[in-house]
Amino acid sequence: MSVKENILSKPTLETGADEDQLLRVSLGPQHPSTHGVFRMNVMLDGETVVSLKPVFGYLHRNHEKIAENIPYLGSMPYTDRLDYLCPLTNNHAYALAVEKLAGIEVPERAEYIRIITSELTRVMNHTVFMGFFLGDLGAWGSALMYAFREREKLFDLFEELTGARMMTNYMRFGGCRNDLPAGWIEKAKTFVDGYDAFLDEMESLITGNEILLARTQNIGQVSKELMVNAGITGPMLRAAGVAYDVRKVDSYGIYDRFDFKVPYGEKGDCYDRMMIRFLEMRESLKILKQAIADIPEGDYVNPKIKSAKFKAKPGEAYARIEGPKGELGFHLISDGGVNPYRYHVRPPSFVNLTLIEDMCLGLDLADVVVILGSVDIVLGEVDR
Amino acid sequence: MSIIVEEIARQIGKDLPSAGVTYLENPSPSEQHSILVESESLVEVMTYLRDTSGLEFDYLSNLSGVDWPQGDVAEKVANKKSGDESEQGEAVEEGAEDQGEKPAGEFLEVVYHLYSMALKEGPLVLRARTQDRGENNAVASVTPVYRSAEFQEREAFDLFGIDFTGHPDLRRILMWDEYEDFPMRKDYVNPDDYEYEPTPHADTLKRAEAHYPQAEPEQAESKDEQVESQD
Repeated sequence: MSVKENILSKPTLETGADEDQLLRVSLGPQHPSTHGVFRMNVMLDGETVVSLKPVFGYLHRNHEKIAENIPYLGSMPYTDRLDYLCPLTNNHAYALAVEKLAGIEVPERAEYIRIITSELTRVMNHTVFMGFFLGDLGAWGSALMYAFREREKLFDLFEELTGARMMTNYMRFGGCRNDLPAGWIEKAKTFVDGYDAFLDEMESLITGNEILLARTQNIGQVSKELMVNAGITGPMLRAAGVAYDVRKVDSYGIYDRFDFKVPYGEKGDCYDRMMIRFLEMRESLKILKQAIADIPEGDYVNPKIKSAKFKAKPGEAYARIEGPKGELGFHLISDGGVNPYRYHVRPPSFVNLTLIEDMCLGLDLADVVVILGSVDIVLGEVDR
Repeated sequence: MSIIVEEIARQIGKDLPSAGVTYLENPSPSEQHSILVESESLVEVMTYLRDTSGLEFDYLSNLSGVDWPQGDVAEKVANKKSGDESEQGEAVEEGAEDQGEKPAGEFLEVVYHLYSMALKEGPLVLRARTQDRGENNAVASVTPVYRSAEFQEREAFDLFGIDFTGHPDLRRILMWDEYEDFPMRKDYVNPDDYEYEPTPHADTLKRAEAHYPQAEPEQAESKDEQVESQD
């Protein structure tokens, strides 16, 4: 899969317009369609996008510097606030990186709990994505309310398990913070069993909609070679036809025990990106059903590990997971001290924005909003 | 993880004799060993890794900057042969870095994590170092080889002050354009006044301050007097 064309070249536009006929629009930072505080400086010829420069940093609090000045465990609650729609996968990725750095074993029950919570988070993220994406298309409100109705059920599950609806702070090095409460697994099972019906409902409501088809099909396509080269991961990449899923490739944790498929698209347009997420939710439900049926008794955390006074030997480690938005990686360097020497997050939302200009050039301004929505970003993670 | 980093380092040394590559061992249980590449040959090595069949590292996943104000700490984290420097003759290719005369010293480092999507392999860890943390803070940009470095290099430039030569659009990305320091450096000092920012309005604000010069102190004094008299 080598890159033939010059990867830096962007499509050239012959608009025929003079420089002074072009219109500069600062799209954001305060606008619902920007999913947070994000700005794009757009140059327009009429309605056509001639150039687009993203502006970052409105939510920057230097998460990485904070992490270098506190012990390893202290960063766990901060990871909740990276991609604040899916805190449990963030916890999972960070715990995995520290476990790799220090060579910590995770008990089997803890692995199952992690997979159940991670997949529930993926379902939650994709469901909420549907709501926001439809909002970007102009269906503001209704679709989002359907999505939030389901998210509330998941929040109830998370609250019972972790004590918090969103900022969960749940994983520990070598396992999880607490065991599943009595009866939780039955509640999760009820939720999972009923979810296919919700997906059927949601799909029947939106996928045949004429406006949706007109606004998303053949919009925002980029060649898959360029996508790979630009480090685009997650549903974005798979929609373009590359079946690359870290759960399959690395099979971190115990993902190799479950039977699931990696759906991938054909055209790589916004429509494919949306449909891929529907298919992924159904695969997640498959994993959840297997994990809920198989979860063994045992320790929920490795009893030998003291998370609170944790130290790692000098060295470095990079660990990554398949987050709901793409590949979420943590790069840790230890000099043997109680604090990490270097702590770096590889956020999927941030890297997935690399091609935003390439995707938008030559299209209408209204399409920019749809394309940005299809990337599925969270600014807590982009700006860190 | 079935790739063997030492063999890849040897292969690069054989196929690109002019490139300076050194195999570095990682003492951590993660066993993610790395290859130190000289900045001048970085683009050449990256292109080789991407386009050679059998390697096909087509995907640059992560790029992080690291600040090493003390070189000996860096040696502890990634050393040539598990801490035994006498064996460095066995290193794959002679690096330009002469460890005997002076320790690695102060430098900034860029760490790259490469994966192969085609062969489902990885990670391959590469590192490149600047000469020092002052004027010679340049590392070749790999954005012409891997587009995913475009924003990540801008981030390393912004927070660490690593100058990526050859980057098409090297600007600050997370901090604002007028910002002068590099916050992720180890010797970065937090400003006394977090609210203070040098803005284009600074002159106006200064003039406004001079407009009613004594207003606040006077009020404060009179309050103090009242308190004293009550006592």
